[in-house]
Amino acid sequence: MGPGVSAGAAAVPTGDPGADPAGWADRAVQAVDAVATAEELRALDAALLGKRSPLTAARQRLGTLAPEERRAAGGALNEARRVVEAAVERRRHALAASERRSRIDAERLDLTEVLASAGARALGAGAASAGGGVAVWRQGLVHLVQRTRDQLEDVFVGMGYTVADGPEVETDWYNFEALNMPPAHPARGMFDTFYLDIEPEESVVLRTHTSPVQIRVLQAGQLPVYAVMPGRCYRRETADARHFPVFHQVEGLVVDEGITFGDLAGTIETFTRAYFGPDISARLRPAYFPFTEPSAEFEITCTICHGAGCRTCSQTGWVELGGCGMVDPAVLDAVGVDAERYTGFAFGFGIDRCTQMRHGIPDMRALFDNDVRMLRQA
Amino acid sequence: MRVPLSWLCDFAPFGDRWQDLVATLDDLGLVVEAVEHVGQGLDDVVVAEVAEIGAIEGADRIRRVQVDAGDGLVEVVCGAWNFKVGDRVPLAPVGTVLPGDFRKERRKLRGVVSDGMLCSARELGLGEDHDGILLVDRATPLGTPIGQALGVAGDVVLDVAVETNRPDAFSVAGVARDAAARMGLPFRLPVPAAAATGDREVAALAEVVVEDADLCPRFTATLLTGVVVGPSPQWVARRLTLAGMRPINNVVDASNYVMLELGQPTHPYDLDRVAGSALRVRAARPGESVVTLDGVERALGGRSVAPGDDRRDCLICDGDDRPVGVAGVMGGASTEITDATTGVLLEAAYFDSVAIARTSKRLALRTEASARFERGCDPEGIDLAVARLVEILGESVPGLRVAPGRIDRRGRVPAPLDVPVRTARVNAVLGTDLDDVAVARYLEPIGFASAPASPGVQVVTVPTFRPDTTREIDVIEEVARHHGYGRIARRRLRPPQVGGLDAYQRERRLVRAVAAGLGADEAWTPPLLGPEDHARAGIGGDSLVVANPLSPDESVLRRSLLPGLLGAVAFNVARRAGDVRLFEIGRVFPVPGPERLAAAVRHEHAAASVVDEAELLGMVFAAPGDDATTAVAAWSVLAQVLGLVGAELDQGEPVPGLHPGRGAVVVAPEAGAAAMVRLGVVGEVDPDVAAAFGAVSGAAGQAGRVGFLQVDLGAVLRRAERRSQEVRPASRFPSSDVDLAFVVGPGTTAADVRRTLEGSGGPALQAVALFDVYGDPSMAAGERSLAFRLRFCAADRTLTDDEVAALRAGCVAAVEQAHGARLRG
Repeated sequence: MGPGVSAGAAAVPTGDPGADPAGWADRAVQAVDAVATAEELRALDAALLGKRSPLTAARQRLGTLAPEERRAAGGALNEARRVVEAAVERRRHALAASERRSRIDAERLDLTEVLASAGARALGAGAASAGGGVAVWRQGLVHLVQRTRDQLEDVFVGMGYTVADGPEVETDWYNFEALNMPPAHPARGMFDTFYLDIEPEESVVLRTHTSPVQIRVLQAGQLPVYAVMPGRCYRRETADARHFPVFHQVEGLVVDEGITFGDLAGTIETFTRAYFGPDISARLRPAYFPFTEPSAEFEITCTICHGAGCRTCSQTGWVELGGCGMVDPAVLDAVGVDAERYTGFAFGFGIDRCTQMRHGIPDMRALFDNDVRMLRQA
Repeated sequence: MRVPLSWLCDFAPFGDRWQDLVATLDDLGLVVEAVEHVGQGLDDVVVAEVAEIGAIEGADRIRRVQVDAGDGLVEVVCGAWNFKVGDRVPLAPVGTVLPGDFRKERRKLRGVVSDGMLCSARELGLGEDHDGILLVDRATPLGTPIGQALGVAGDVVLDVAVETNRPDAFSVAGVARDAAARMGLPFRLPVPAAAATGDREVAALAEVVVEDADLCPRFTATLLTGVVVGPSPQWVARRLTLAGMRPINNVVDASNYVMLELGQPTHPYDLDRVAGSALRVRAARPGESVVTLDGVERALGGRSVAPGDDRRDCLICDGDDRPVGVAGVMGGASTEITDATTGVLLEAAYFDSVAIARTSKRLALRTEASARFERGCDPEGIDLAVARLVEILGESVPGLRVAPGRIDRRGRVPAPLDVPVRTARVNAVLGTDLDDVAVARYLEPIGFASAPASPGVQVVTVPTFRPDTTREIDVIEEVARHHGYGRIARRRLRPPQVGGLDAYQRERRLVRAVAAGLGADEAWTPPLLGPEDHARAGIGGDSLVVANPLSPDESVLRRSLLPGLLGAVAFNVARRAGDVRLFEIGRVFPVPGPERLAAAVRHEHAAASVVDEAELLGMVFAAPGDDATTAVAAWSVLAQVLGLVGAELDQGEPVPGLHPGRGAVVVAPEAGAAAMVRLGVVGEVDPDVAAAFGAVSGAAGQAGRVGFLQVDLGAVLRRAERRSQEVRPASRFPSSDVDLAFVVGPGTTAADVRRTLEGSGGPALQAVALFDVYGDPSMAAGERSLAFRLRFCAADRTLTDDEVAALRAGCVAAVEQAHGARLRG
């Protein structure tokens, strides 16, 4: 019996593996298969294959043999070791599986006990012994970006808007074509797009903006439309301090009779003051988006320096927030809305950017680490 | 695009009020991203003669130099060695401000006082040369300001961001045109002087064949002889440098200059190296390649880069049909202009913008030329560009001759477009109050001719340099830009509806509040997972895969929130957070079937999406003491808040990813359906799965458990079966409690017994709850005792003892019969 093998453990085969490697291996495998616990197996493994095992000793004795004998004997010992090692591995898995089975069985719970004991405290009976609730010692927090989204929704709801949702996986038509970007349109290059590995008849993409929800809202056919559409978008951009391949936008859409660019400018101004504060103003300047015409970028008074000029706003006093414009007639045409009778505007901007600005978060990536040390602030 | 102010002033009298110009350009949408002042100090640095050069003791890299700028000797310390006594060099006296706001102070080096500095070209902002001191013509009078000596003045360079739809503004002249129009200044294009002509007609000297006119609607070739290749005139080199291009030689520089100035790329070929003096324009054939000017071999006709891409690359070939350039992108090395060039065949063409864009993308080769062609050049701007190029080249090549006649292959070239514009529509879109004349006044200075058609309608002729403008709405945008977005009166819009969230959106917020109230922080985990993440979480089946992921770890759309949430738990456990509970509300993306796909690509219904995207609530409980029961209790609270009735737990089958003995499917009956609807899963994460994600700390003896709840919010919140809104007053009569303990077998759940009790207690049964679970060796294997408290109360009277006893007996009998249970003594 080798060292480290306690009494009552599996029997270690006798005999010199050097004299009869195959026979020794057979007996060793039988011993391995007979082991009943992982602990015993560990001990037996050491006794059979460890540094002080007879197998190792036989191996060391090879040096005394003549070269050609040594080769044959060495091969036989290697084979014996391989066979026993495989048996130990097999047994290890079998024991682990059966240990897992018995542990699982022992831990089996009737989870309905928790539901059946609901209300027991109200009856003055205390909770059932099988567990009676969720111990709470602190309030969890809603994600910073989600809070921003809720606040934005609330501002727009207060301004008379409804909130709409749309799919994150979109067809090429909704994400591009209906938004006045036919397949060859150069503006598609503005969007680094993730494509899915399914192509029914057209490409399927992860939406690059919330604008396809405009199309779906218009397609639903209820005019007028006064809606905002917050949601998750995807762009194939390497993450940096201001970009993340998964990000969040809120889109606004108004389509009604008599809507003008003046309404758009007024709406942006109203929203800016309501959300950022009465001393924050907005301005529009010409830009290009395929789905709006005229198009504009909107900038707001820098929230860091309040317009005095600082590093954040490159001394201009303004920071860019988003894009907007009058809905291009081609977009209305694509969904069968009479572009002569109805006009409208759309706007969109990044929810994550707003969160960054509001909470002074320098690196956008930190918003998606899910580090509770950060989630639990503010 | 870098635009020097001095260059803009060639086209309109902007003066030196660059601040006004910047504000105007910003307001026109030609945003100035940076302003650079160049040539600082050019008036203060003076020409000086080197009078004496001496060594400094103990220094072998610097020397003391005596220079004379006309008013006595000045000693400076200098580290350059490229000059000798008698040379004339730029001296920056103490106090001079050099480019980069660098103020030259008096310094002491190795005990020698340096009263100024001798400057390299780079230090003066005049070029990249920094190998030595700039040497000035020896004839230059001492003390002359260096700017005057070299004929260069200070300048302001504006870095203008040009939107992709404005090819016309991708040139100095185009920027000037827009700004001049807005500022009410006269704008004029250059009028090149007529060039000296050669003897022989161009048609006799060169030949051009355009085989694929769709790729190249217009191609002109001009033949120049008597060319002497050399450096460009100083002013040309200077402007190219300011604009960010490196001067190369007078031929290439003239071509680049004209491209920057007018937006028309051209390409000069060495005439002698073009076989047959002929150019052939055609689509590349499979397997063809060309070595471009940068020495790289470019294989053509490669992969498709856009839907509907026919992969046709436009090539320029010589008389032997060998490729000599990638049209509109980059010329070939074999016909490059060299010092030996004496004849130039000059290409000035109009290529199909989409084809150039695709070729450029295919080759991953973006050049100044391709950037302009892919946005759309002016097919009618070619002749001016060629004349201007000849004029500029002629300045450094007095013997330059242009072969008379023209080679001009024209296919279908866009013509000026007539667009009727209704003034009423302009005002309806913009909210302005403009009249016909005001509209025309905004358009004419930017080259849009306007002719009245009828009162309130004018026909606007859009020039060929504005391919972005094809419709009335596009013209309206031009009116808006030149009127000024800021001048359009803002109106407070009041929607004719009441704003609000819908029921789902309201309740989703409620769910969030409840989840947070249960001590969980909201996490947002990535919707894109690695290919093994589902399997690692014990979840089988296929996923949607991204064809072009940024990395394999973010290539598969999730079908469960479990992998992401476990990852987030692991992240925090690794940072030794001891009380992690997280929740997430997010979408999952099951693989759609063929019918769903077919419906989605018809785009007929707003509700037909590609994927049945379910919005799930996921919660993980990994704080001390948390386990399966924590998750079930959380579900119980949620169901209570939402007033959900009839939901049950089904532990019949193991739940993927969860502990086989501690997982359940949350189900609920559906009106009119026999089978129960699945709402989600609840229980404890399989210990092997939790370990695989590193979501448990793994410290010996501390078998951490992770509770998990995941429900489909849509399925839960859109359920019709909710608690009634009706509220009954509480009974004024006393109630009676009855405690019953039943011994039940392994097949009976606590919920089964509770349901039976609820069903048999009659209207007087006010409440029932399990309050004790107990097992002991006296019971058979798998048996346990479940103790319930029942509270009876009638609305209209006090229940008598006999009535309560009868109710109790009824309940006991029902449980004994339904579950084979026995009442414990």
